[in-house]
Amino acid sequence: MVMSAVLEEVTAEAPFALSEPVRVDADRAEKVSGSFSLKDVSVAYGNETVIAGVNMLVPSRAVTALIGPSGCGKSTLLRCLNRMNDEIGNVRVGGTIALDGLDIYQKSIDPVDLRMRVGQVFQRPNPFPMSIYDNVAFGPRTQGVRKRDELDAIIEAALKDAALWDEVKNHLKKHAFELSGGQQQRLCIARALATKPEVLLMDEPASALDPISTQQIEDTIAELKDMVTIVIVTHNMQQAARISDQTAFMLRESMDQPAHLVEVGETKRMFTNPDDKRTESYITGRFG
Amino acid sequence: MTMTPSERAGRLLGRTTRRRAAEAVVRTLIYAAGLLSIVILLAIAVFLFVEARKSIAEVGLGTMLTSTQWFPTGTPKIFGFLPLIIGSLMVTGVALVVFVPIGIGAAVFISEFSAGWFKEVMKSVIEFMAAVPSVVYGFLGVAILIPWVKATFGLTSGMTALTGGLVLGIMSLPTVISISEDALHAVPDALRQGSLALGNTRWQTIYKVVVPSASSGIFAGVMLGLGRAIGETMAVLMLTGNAAVIPTNVFESVRTMTGTIAAEMGEVVFGGLHYSVLFSVGLVLFGITFVINLAADLVLERQRKRWRR
Repeated sequence: MVMSAVLEEVTAEAPFALSEPVRVDADRAEKVSGSFSLKDVSVAYGNETVIAGVNMLVPSRAVTALIGPSGCGKSTLLRCLNRMNDEIGNVRVGGTIALDGLDIYQKSIDPVDLRMRVGQVFQRPNPFPMSIYDNVAFGPRTQGVRKRDELDAIIEAALKDAALWDEVKNHLKKHAFELSGGQQQRLCIARALATKPEVLLMDEPASALDPISTQQIEDTIAELKDMVTIVIVTHNMQQAARISDQTAFMLRESMDQPAHLVEVGETKRMFTNPDDKRTESYITGRFG
Repeated sequence: MTMTPSERAGRLLGRTTRRRAAEAVVRTLIYAAGLLSIVILLAIAVFLFVEARKSIAEVGLGTMLTSTQWFPTGTPKIFGFLPLIIGSLMVTGVALVVFVPIGIGAAVFISEFSAGWFKEVMKSVIEFMAAVPSVVYGFLGVAILIPWVKATFGLTSGMTALTGGLVLGIMSLPTVISISEDALHAVPDALRQGSLALGNTRWQTIYKVVVPSASSGIFAGVMLGLGRAIGETMAVLMLTGNAAVIPTNVFESVRTMTGTIAAEMGEVVFGGLHYSVLFSVGLVLFGITFVINLAADLVLERQRKRWRR
């Protein structure tokens, strides 16, 4: 295994200091840390390479924001991390993506197992047409949790983590469609948390929501980063600055060439003193 | 090109009046077309009732519905619908057992597991199945199923409720498949993605999220399939043997309501009692199919509202 040596090298500590992780869930903390390392990652749709040469680390228990203009492949890169791209035909992922040193694209990995460790929240709230309770219980039930009191405990914890518990604790049997858009999105976060993932991927989770709901989602993210690694795609520069610890800036400079990672680094530095001129232009709103 | 404001106003007014008149005409025509279907439906119900009046007065609807024997030409004449109703229900029951699993399975296959040209071909084939005349299905049943049922179950005759039901099941498939497929197709892709992202397999996603989300549409498809099966005439007439006796199992010959009307209408005295009794049979059949279709429509409407967010 030549690969493992490479992986060890890239799964090292984040290149900058992050606040000490607070272990909320002892059970989860023991298992793994939930860090990603991407080495020379490329994505191709058929013959067209859309992303090339992405090298970066996603540190555990921190928020990493992916920013960049529309069509620069942020969401595509995000979906590589839980192999949701596998569900679209004709997509090939090159390079190495490792979750805690484990190459997630090797043959022996079942994407279904991977997705229990790497959850996802989508752009538009997508609750299932069932009760609030059943929505959150969906993942745990798939994992084989059957006992009622055990489920109750998981659901309460997940809803509390998603900051929705107080609003719905007396209405768990209500249909999920009766909730507001913002509440539905927090329900989807709770649903993803209930499978106890190590990483939570968020694809513009607040872009379909009003400002107050957006604020609530951001507050939730701030609470969650002690428990899970978060990778968030966002169009909103201020949002990236507010909530993330690390920011990665992607760019596709012309339709003839694939998108690439321009720069990645600590958010504070990226927004005050970026290395690359293009990052500065984008962040200050000169294009995109 | 210059016009005074009043000229311009006059021109605008003229056009508006003409346009309004045209709109009124078109609207009336469209309303009339819509109302026509309701009028026709009411006319059928009224017409059935008028023709059935004589039998209801002389024999009584309660007596007809509860009598266990059908001897329309004997002495005395006995008009009991029970053998016909039970015959229809038994044949339809067999059809249900055939078309529910196959229909839903085929719909899931087309909606979730096929794509591109193959999916289009599949949908066309299903539509073509619906276009085949029922007498052709009857021929297939006579040529293939009757000998098969006779040999397989060791019967003296292959003309049974089972034979008719199997063919009816196949004939109802297009209805069930296309409506169920529509319902599955209407389930937002975001739900499939959400389920997959939670670590469900494709199968788990289908039976835990997609099919339940489409359940009311699938139910409506099954109900419409039932309506098709219970109303079908020619194939059952050719395949069930038409013995008007209350059957005890599916290996016996049965006679359906539709088969009775089709077989006997040509031989009755026009305007006579037997003639009127056949209209009563039609009235019962109309009532049953009306209720089934209404139920299916109500369920479909609820499903449409659900995704309109």
